[in-house]
Amino acid sequence: MSYASDVSALARKDLLLELRAKETLPAMLIFVVATLTIFHFALPHGTGKVAALGLLWVALVFTALLGLTRAFVAEREQGLFDALVLTPCDRSAIWLGKAIAVFAFLVAAEVVALPAFSIFFSGVGGRTVAAVALADVGICTVGTLLGAMAVAGRARELLLPLLFLPLAVPIVVGGVGASAGAGARYLLFLALYDAIFGVLSWAVFEYVVAEV
Amino acid sequence: MIAVRGLAKRYGDRRVLRNLDLEVEDGGFLLVTGPNGSGKTTLLRILAGLVAPSAGEVRLPPRATIGYLGHAPLVYRELSALENLNLFGRLYRIDERAERIGMLLERFGLWEVRHDRVATFSRGMQQRLGLCRVLLHEPKLLVLDEPANALDAAGLELLQEVLADAMQTFVVATHEPQHVESLATARLALA
Amino acid sequence: MTAVKAARLSALRLGLLAVTLLAASLALIFFWVPTDPDQGFSQRIFYFHVPIALTSYACFGWGAWKALRLLWTGEEHYDLESYVAIHQGVVFGALTLLTGSLWAKASWGVWWTWSENQLVLFLVLFLFYCAYFMLRYSVEPGRQRMNMSAVYALFGVVLIPVSFFAIRLSQKFIHPVVFTLKGPQMTHTQFLTFCVSLAAMLALFATLYAVELAGKRIDAQLRELLAA
Repeated sequence: MSYASDVSALARKDLLLELRAKETLPAMLIFVVATLTIFHFALPHGTGKVAALGLLWVALVFTALLGLTRAFVAEREQGLFDALVLTPCDRSAIWLGKAIAVFAFLVAAEVVALPAFSIFFSGVGGRTVAAVALADVGICTVGTLLGAMAVAGRARELLLPLLFLPLAVPIVVGGVGASAGAGARYLLFLALYDAIFGVLSWAVFEYVVAEV
Repeated sequence: MIAVRGLAKRYGDRRVLRNLDLEVEDGGFLLVTGPNGSGKTTLLRILAGLVAPSAGEVRLPPRATIGYLGHAPLVYRELSALENLNLFGRLYRIDERAERIGMLLERFGLWEVRHDRVATFSRGMQQRLGLCRVLLHEPKLLVLDEPANALDAAGLELLQEVLADAMQTFVVATHEPQHVESLATARLALA
Repeated sequence: MTAVKAARLSALRLGLLAVTLLAASLALIFFWVPTDPDQGFSQRIFYFHVPIALTSYACFGWGAWKALRLLWTGEEHYDLESYVAIHQGVVFGALTLLTGSLWAKASWGVWWTWSENQLVLFLVLFLFYCAYFMLRYSVEPGRQRMNMSAVYALFGVVLIPVSFFAIRLSQKFIHPVVFTLKGPQMTHTQFLTFCVSLAAMLALFATLYAVELAGKRIDAQLRELLAA
C-alpha cells in the first residue's frame, strides 16, 4: 500500500534528521528533568501525591511543546513543503509521518521522565503509563497539525503554546484523572479524545500545508 | 501544456500579478524575466501548481509530471545527497530507484559525495543536487526559478544540457537571461 | 438597490429587531419576572449570563460553519464571514465571563470559582479563540491564512463538547442545573423571560455581525481600489 510506504519514508526521514541534528531530543530530556527538579522546589513540604502527579503532566505537556515547536522547522526554513506537496503522496501522509516521529521523541523523553519522577516523587503505576501513552497520541496528532500552522507564521515559538494549550486541557484532565486512579473512564476519555481529534487532524491537514 | 487566461494574484491587498495571458506548448521554453519584486517567483509557483490564482484560469499538466526548483534547492540540509534522493524517489514511486539516482548523481558530479550531508556542500553543489531532485521523476514540465544560481562554469554546462532537451517543456525565470536566451521559444517580461 | 444599500437596510432592520427585543427583555427581567425565592434579586443576572453564553456558542458555531464552507468550496468570502462570527463570539464570551463572575460574586461572594463548569469551559474556549486572533495576525494574508483560520475554527467547535465532558469529569457538578434532560427547571414566567432574553441576544449578535461584516467588506473594497 503506497500510503503506508509514503508515511514510513517520511517518518524515517524525520527520525534520521533528528538523529543527525541531535538537538531536539537531548533538549527535551534535559528540559523534563530540569522541570521536575524545579517542581520539587515549587511544591511545599508534605504536598500530596496527586499534586505531584499533576505537575508530572504539566512537565510532559511542556516537554512535548518543546519537541513540537521544532517539528516543521526544517521544512519551513528550507522551503521543503513545496517539494513535498508536489509529490504524488497524500498530504496527510506528511502529517502522519511527522506525528510518528514526534511520538517517538516524546516516548524517548518519557522513558527518562517517568523513572525520574518515580525517584524524585512517588512511584508510577501501570495506569499512569497507559494514560501517558494515550495522551501522547493525542498530543502528537493535534500538536503536529498545530506545529505546521505555527511555523507558517512569524512568532512561531510564541504561537504554538497559545494554539496548543487550550486543546491540551482535556488531555491533562484525562491524564491526571487516570494517573490518580479515579477510574477507567478517564482512560476511555483519553481514547475518545485521540479518536476525535486524530481523525479531524488527519482530515484537515491538507488544507494547512498547501497554499492551493 | 500550459494555458493561462486573465491570471491575477494578490496577497491581502497587495497585487502581485495582474491580467496575464500566456500559453506554453509541449516542448516549449518560456523565459520569464523582470526585476526583483516583479512577481517572477509568484508566477512560477502558480505555474508549478503550488499556489492558486486569485482570479483567472490556469491549466496545468498533472501534479506528478511537474518538477519545481525554487530559489532554494529544496533538499534537506541534514540528510546526505543519497538520502535526499532516496526519499523523493520513494515519494515519487520511481521504479529502479537506485539506478536512476546513481545515474543522476554521476551526471551532475555528485557521486563521490553522495554520503555527505548537504549542509557540507557548497551552494553550487546544493544547486546541482536540486537539479537532480527535480529531474528524478522525469517530469514533463520543468519550472525553474533562477536555476543558474551559484553554479560554476561546469555546473552551467550541465544546466544547459538539461535545458536543451527538446522533449521537455520549460518555464525558467532568471534575471540573467544570457545563459538561456537562445533556447527560449517565448519570452515574458514582468514589470 | 445596490448591494451596499441592501446590506445597510438589512442591518437596520436587524438593529431595530434587536433593540425591540432588548427593551422587551429588560422590561421582563426587571419588572415582570418574580424574584427567585432561593437566590434573590441577583438571580436576575442569569437572564443575561446564560443567553449571552448560548449566543457565544452560536457565534462560534456559525464561525465554524462558515469555516467548513470555506474549506469545502474554496470561496474566499467565507473567510471574512467566519472571522467576524468568531470575533463576535469572543466579545460575547468575554461578556459571559464577566456576567458569570458577577453572578458568582453575588451568589457565593467570590469573583471566580473553579467549581463552575460553565465558567471554566468558557475560560478555556476564550483562550482558544484568543489564540485564533494571534494566529491570524501572525500569518500573512492570503489563502494559507484563510485555510488555517478555518481549520482552527473547526477545532474550536469540536473542542466545545470535548472540553465540556473533560471539565465535568474533573469535578463535581454544582453549577445550578437549569436545563436537565427532562427540560428546563423553570417556571413559565421565568422560561418566557429567558426566551425573550435569548432572542434579544441572538438578534444583537445578528446585528453586530451584519454591521461588522459590511464594514469590513467596504474596508477591503476600498483597500483594493487604492492598491490598483
